[in-house]
Amino acid sequence: MKRVLLWVPLGAFALLFAVVASGLFRPSDHLVHSQMVGKALPQFTLPKMVPDAPGLASTTFTDGKPRLLNVFASWCIPCMAESPNLMALKQHGVEIDAVAVRDTPRNVEDFLKRFGNPYARIGDDRQSAVQLALGSSGVPETYVIDGHGRIVEQHIGDVRAEDVPALLAALKKAGG
Amino acid sequence: MIAEGGLAALWFAAALALLQLVLAAVALSRRQTAIGVEDMLAAVRPIAIVQGVLVVLAMLLLIAVFVESDMSVRLVAEDSSAAKPLIYKVAGAWGNHEGSMLLWVTILGLAGAAVALFERTLERKTLVATLGAQAAIALGFYAFLLFSSNPFARLDPPPPDGQGLNPLLQDPGLAFHPPTLYLGYVGISVAFSFAVGAMITRDVGPAFARAMRPWVLAAWIFLTIGITAGSYWAYYELGWGGWWFWDPVENASLMPWLAATALLHSVTVLATRDGLRAWTIMLAVVAFSMSMIGTFLVRSGILTSVHAFAIDPKRGAFILALLVIYIGGALALFALRVGTIRQGNTFEPISREGALVVNNLLLSVILGIVLIGTLYPIVAAAFGTQLSVGHPFFDSTAGPIALALVALMGIGPLLRWRRDDLRAGLKRIAIPAAVGVVALVALLVLAPGIHILPLLGLALAAGVAVASVAPLWGRDLKRTPLFTYGMVIAHLGIAVSLAGMASESAFNKETLVATRIGEPQHVGPYTVTLLGVRPVVGVNWSAVEGVLKASRGGASTTLLPQSRFFSTPPQMTNESAIKTVLDGQLYTVLGNQDDAGRWQLRLWWKPFVTLIWAGGALIAIGGALSLLGRLRRERRARRGEA
Repeated sequence: MKRVLLWVPLGAFALLFAVVASGLFRPSDHLVHSQMVGKALPQFTLPKMVPDAPGLASTTFTDGKPRLLNVFASWCIPCMAESPNLMALKQHGVEIDAVAVRDTPRNVEDFLKRFGNPYARIGDDRQSAVQLALGSSGVPETYVIDGHGRIVEQHIGDVRAEDVPALLAALKKAGG
Repeated sequence: MIAEGGLAALWFAAALALLQLVLAAVALSRRQTAIGVEDMLAAVRPIAIVQGVLVVLAMLLLIAVFVESDMSVRLVAEDSSAAKPLIYKVAGAWGNHEGSMLLWVTILGLAGAAVALFERTLERKTLVATLGAQAAIALGFYAFLLFSSNPFARLDPPPPDGQGLNPLLQDPGLAFHPPTLYLGYVGISVAFSFAVGAMITRDVGPAFARAMRPWVLAAWIFLTIGITAGSYWAYYELGWGGWWFWDPVENASLMPWLAATALLHSVTVLATRDGLRAWTIMLAVVAFSMSMIGTFLVRSGILTSVHAFAIDPKRGAFILALLVIYIGGALALFALRVGTIRQGNTFEPISREGALVVNNLLLSVILGIVLIGTLYPIVAAAFGTQLSVGHPFFDSTAGPIALALVALMGIGPLLRWRRDDLRAGLKRIAIPAAVGVVALVALLVLAPGIHILPLLGLALAAGVAVASVAPLWGRDLKRTPLFTYGMVIAHLGIAVSLAGMASESAFNKETLVATRIGEPQHVGPYTVTLLGVRPVVGVNWSAVEGVLKASRGGASTTLLPQSRFFSTPPQMTNESAIKTVLDGQLYTVLGNQDDAGRWQLRLWWKPFVTLIWAGGALIAIGGALSLLGRLRRERRARRGEA
């Protein structure tokens, strides 16, 4: 019996090895996924950022129509890169609302003038409060919200041209 | 040519390590009287010494290519730049993966040479087995360097200038932090080699423990210095105002320290009382495993950490393979051999040994908690969940056990060896216990509302500070051995450090403000006013510097926190400005400017925070005195025999 006990440390080490080896050979994923996916949007009301687009409140998302919620900033370079694809989504009849984080009205206006305005509403989130409540760790991020104010999907990083059909499909699924 | 010379030295050293291992293995597996065995046994020592000399030469040549900024060497081009101050060119030699691995094996080679030169008490066969084990460890690292991390690789064509060292690392702290930690890791590897040697020759007893103890002590001193210095570096350099983050890399240095602390105490029982034989061997293996796991966690990039080193998963696999060979081999040897080692002396539960066994158990539990907390994110990731384990887990699990351990530390040295009387023991701890209770009551009355852990920590620190000097009461101070002073000072250091930690978490004041120039802000006993902001230029950085006037009572001082911009590579760092006074530190960090022209300012008042590192220094000094005392006594004993 005692002889068997002497092998316990080696067994414990084998277990440790299995854990570490599994971690080492799994493709590493450094994206920070939101814990809010599958849950209801947090309650918020944001003032308008620019004169020609209204502000944004969480109640907007409970009108039965699925839509996209885009977190962006004028100082963010991938946000510029994704703007043509957001315009394409708008052309497909998708309603996109936005949270502009850590930004100023003038800079956002310039940004929209240069890259086009795909947004129906833009909320001014100067302290990143709503961004953090969404579980977003950076810009840009795009959330698919169903018609009942529930977060269905989170897209991290800029929306590429090849992401457009997937987002359209996700919206369709959320609506049906 | 310098680089090629370094590479050649490295190859020769590796060849000698192989020879050292083979000779030791062959000599030990044959009968003493067989032909050639005597010569083989005699050859192992000088080989270990020459191997040490060669690998030191390789390290010096690497430093030479860094100092002369030879950009045709890939490592220099990636991590250095010609504009860097000289000290960071030298430190840059080990501020990267390849160089730090070469430093590891250099210190290992030096340690092997030192064992070969200075070890006189151990039986020769056990010593040869020890040097064989040491060569086996070194071989793994030589292979790692030569096959997957060659520090001397050339670039063709060479770039005009290098990419520069990560600015966070351009700090005096870097020059000392990794080498001290490595000295600690390597010291532990020597202890491990002694344990393997003793298991091979079944020679586990007081002589083995006395040969191993100075190495464990030295390793422990360096780990203590490394952790203390690393903690202070993170405190002032990262600008978060915290002194310990339970970051995986910090834990990687804490785990070997915990194991070494346990080993230090159990090896004393083995040396003095010939008890805890198997347990001491086990701890030597565990301590080495922890230092290897530490190296693996840091170098493989398996865990996300503030210590973001550039990583290649192949290297992680290499270190993991080494880990499996060394630790798996040692544990298999343990399972096969320990059963055949005679049991040592026994003792009563209430005795110095008893207290040391509980000390070992509590340290092992804390070690287990830190290990689980550090590796849990990897386990969770295997099941598809992403999470990180932070201070709420470690504080609430390891915290109470650490407090119990500190309380025990006050009692243990006051007990007698082998057997003690419960009532007499209680009498001896009456005064420290009374001091602790008085401190507790005073805190409850004077500063109500402190969280339970810091509250207990402060009261305990007061009681244990008294208890730790109690072993000196009633003794002839001149005749008290140096290592007793060492123990007293190290234990006092723990109490001092605990007082600092508890005080910081109980009374810390923090404020984040956006302030206009001239607007006074308040934090703790200080009023801080931003007088202005000005540009400053350094050797390879430029910065905006805030001029802060901090006043308290009538006196005022100027603090100059900076927000630095480094050009090669481009990166921002915050240089905090700290005012240290007797009862704490004022810690200031300058942030960005907002649209309205206000400056972000972070201010902390941290009462008695410096005690944390002062305690760490005391612990290391105590360890050094103890080491000195032990070495002196060994020498005297040998002279007496001769």
